[in-house]
Amino acid sequence: MQTRLTLNGTARELDIAPATLLVDLLRDDLALTGTHVGCDTSQCGACNVLIDGVAVKSCTVLAVQLDGAEITTIEGLASDGALHPMQAAFKEHHGLQCGFCTPGMVIAGLDIARRHGGSASRETIAHELEGNLCRCTGYQNIVSAIEAGSKAMQDA
Amino acid sequence: MKFGGHSVKRIEDERLLTGQGRYTDDIQLPGMAYGVTLRSPYGHARVAAIDTAAARAMPGVLAVYTAADVASYGGIPCIVPLSKVPTPRPLLVDTVRFVGDGIAFVVAETREAARAAADAIEVDFDELPAIASIDEAIADGAPPIWPEAGSNDLFLWSKGDAAAVDAAIAGAAHVTRLRIVQNRVAPTSMEVRAAVAEWDADAGFTLHAGSQGVAGMRAQLANAILKIAPEQVRVVTGDVGGGFGMKSFVYAEYALVMIAARDLGRPVKWTGDRSDAFQTDTHGRAMVTDGTLALDADGKFLALKAETWSDLGAYQSTFGPAIQTMAGGTIIGGVYRIPAIHNAVHGVITNTAPVDAYRGAGRPESAYTMERLVEAAAREVGLPVDEIRRRNLLRPDELPHANGLGLTFDVGNYPAVLDKAVQQSDWAGFAARKAEAARRGRRYGRGLCYYVEIAGGGGTEEFADIRVAADGRVEAAVGTQSNGQGHETAYSQVLADKLGIDIERISIVQGDTVRLDQGHGTGGSRSLVWGGGACLVAADELIERGKALAATDLDATDIDYEEGVFRARGTNRSTSLAELAAKHPQALDGRGRYTIPKPSPSWPNGCHVAEVELDPATGMVKVARYSIVDDFGVLMNPMLVEGQVHGGVAQGLGQVLLENIVYGEGAQLLTGSFMDYGIPRADDMPHIEFDTLGTPSPNNPLGAKGCGEAGTIGAMPSIMNAIIDALDGTQIEMPATPEKLWRVCRELAVSRAA
Repeated sequence: MQTRLTLNGTARELDIAPATLLVDLLRDDLALTGTHVGCDTSQCGACNVLIDGVAVKSCTVLAVQLDGAEITTIEGLASDGALHPMQAAFKEHHGLQCGFCTPGMVIAGLDIARRHGGSASRETIAHELEGNLCRCTGYQNIVSAIEAGSKAMQDA
Repeated sequence: MKFGGHSVKRIEDERLLTGQGRYTDDIQLPGMAYGVTLRSPYGHARVAAIDTAAARAMPGVLAVYTAADVASYGGIPCIVPLSKVPTPRPLLVDTVRFVGDGIAFVVAETREAARAAADAIEVDFDELPAIASIDEAIADGAPPIWPEAGSNDLFLWSKGDAAAVDAAIAGAAHVTRLRIVQNRVAPTSMEVRAAVAEWDADAGFTLHAGSQGVAGMRAQLANAILKIAPEQVRVVTGDVGGGFGMKSFVYAEYALVMIAARDLGRPVKWTGDRSDAFQTDTHGRAMVTDGTLALDADGKFLALKAETWSDLGAYQSTFGPAIQTMAGGTIIGGVYRIPAIHNAVHGVITNTAPVDAYRGAGRPESAYTMERLVEAAAREVGLPVDEIRRRNLLRPDELPHANGLGLTFDVGNYPAVLDKAVQQSDWAGFAARKAEAARRGRRYGRGLCYYVEIAGGGGTEEFADIRVAADGRVEAAVGTQSNGQGHETAYSQVLADKLGIDIERISIVQGDTVRLDQGHGTGGSRSLVWGGGACLVAADELIERGKALAATDLDATDIDYEEGVFRARGTNRSTSLAELAAKHPQALDGRGRYTIPKPSPSWPNGCHVAEVELDPATGMVKVARYSIVDDFGVLMNPMLVEGQVHGGVAQGLGQVLLENIVYGEGAQLLTGSFMDYGIPRADDMPHIEFDTLGTPSPNNPLGAKGCGEAGTIGAMPSIMNAIIDALDGTQIEMPATPEKLWRVCRELAVSRAA
């Protein structure tokens, strides 16, 4: 099906098979492999992307549903070679180890920042990460990164 | 040092944060086909008939393999055969021995076509009696899963002085006995295993797969399974999304994609889904232990006796039989003064997924057994849990100390680490916190653990292959393999200090047998000690080669090297690393081998203090406070070390509170997805207070001790001991689920009322 969408700031017109999940479109057809698949039950959040600014698990969305939507993946956050403040905060606070859950965590962090600005408490951040699993970090530094990244976005 | 000892930010992060990481499933090759494994839905059955005709006829299907088609290849070897009976794990089977055992491998143009064709394969099974647990496996009259063994109890390993232990127990003032269950858990790397193979008539095979070391994987694939020369196999590992021991091993699909790639003359990819992972990744722990600790009237330990039944799963995995025996069974007494000690381990076969190394690989299990016994004993004899440890921990003046099971602890200051941890945890404030919780109707408990780990044990060598480009940039290929720990950063720090050049002029390469075909990978908290040692040797040898070249170029006898520059002593003549590299291409390059005469581990140790709050009305428990002091010797990068500890604690906490692999009737896997198997989420974790009190390790030039597994080792016993304390000493087993805790709380309330 012909589908028009904006992907990482670029307008695209794509012919997409109706049963294609967004995550498969991104990874297999568009070579945007920063969005990951970590489960088959929509629990790990490694496939998070922003759809019209809202974090969505891209394993739960059919790509053809996105006609007219604006999609941002992890590849679309840095600009002019500079990390987005949320990405920079993950590096600064050692919020990643193996990096597999990281794109989904960064996107989840952006969604938390969107809803709370820089004011979310650590408890709130931890609770709102319930849809994202990480097996390496123990989360403490991820929470610190999102706390700092949200504040940096507010100050920017 | 300019870099060593500092929390240098990670070199890896830029690519991983921008989606530029390269995990195995990210690889797309022209003409690539896709494989899917058809797995057994039964725990134990014979394949009476298998009909693949319909599958082969389906659109896009390129090949279908069954056990008969791959019978000429070797199985996945167990390299520590404690059992005289081999239990080879074939690539595909015609007798299935656990749910998930591979029956057929389908290759098609697309993943969807391969899946559809796998569904179209018709299999008739003759069910056999399936054994889901240790108890069933060793029960009288249990049918042996491997008939040639005659029993499911495949071996008995033991170490120590049984007679001395029995005599000490018989004469002891107090004896504490516990039966301790360590539940089966799934390593659950966020990246599920995947493999991509290519074949070329001249170059042979290239396998891309997540691993914990390419050289070892190549040797097993080539020698044991495909039966070809190792030179015919290139193994490449890119970014690895977590391994935790589980990715050390060869899995059937790695060989199957290679076989299919050669047969079809095109690349073949297999990517597991989470269900494949729960069914077929190696599991961890899975054991029952009868532990006995004997004490004198002063609470001093007289003897430790343990007998363990270790569930190996249906096949003896690569290191499986070693985990509770040679790998972890020798450290069961911790760093306590125990005059008599004996440990016996049975290796038990069941119709379950193979069990092997999982974060700590036997050391968490040993520490868990000991530390549960220590706190049970303290309660029974009326000693505070810190005091009983103070009376029994080895003092610095007692080191080195032979532990009676073949290990010798070299250095450390265990009582000082204990005291620092106790102080850091606000030990004195516990009573007030407990009273405050009680006012809110909550139970509150505290648990402690003093652990020691064998880190980097076993091997005697590691490699680093160093090259200098014409612009002076230094590239080192290391024989270890990061699974997310940040090795590129840590090794760059080692080399930047050693060579006196900026860290940005160094790059670290891993995971390609064409670049470096030697090395022992990551595992057992070994990498910095061994890989760092190899980097130092390679850099030293590089400097020596540079001095020789500079002596000629500068027409001098004595050359000094400092900060990237070689100088003729007593003159103003000099040449840089870059100039030498440009003038003498490859003459600076070389491979360094770091080796020591006999295996000599480092002994990380430390103290964890956990406090938990338990709501008796719901059984919900929360780790309220968590405090750690570790001795990791000299730290290369404190930030990375603390990150390792955080993650380790999460995996220990997960096992204690949430995680449990369950096989039910017919050895059916009941926990095959994240719907049924809980791993910790962000709000399950406490804030972790972390500090170190390091005694440098004398066994390596960096003075480092391994830190990768310590968090898990300390977390399991400390959190469980805290829960047991909150239950007034009622012994319960992991996982401490709300239901289990609620029932105990009700019983305690009833008995208190009565």
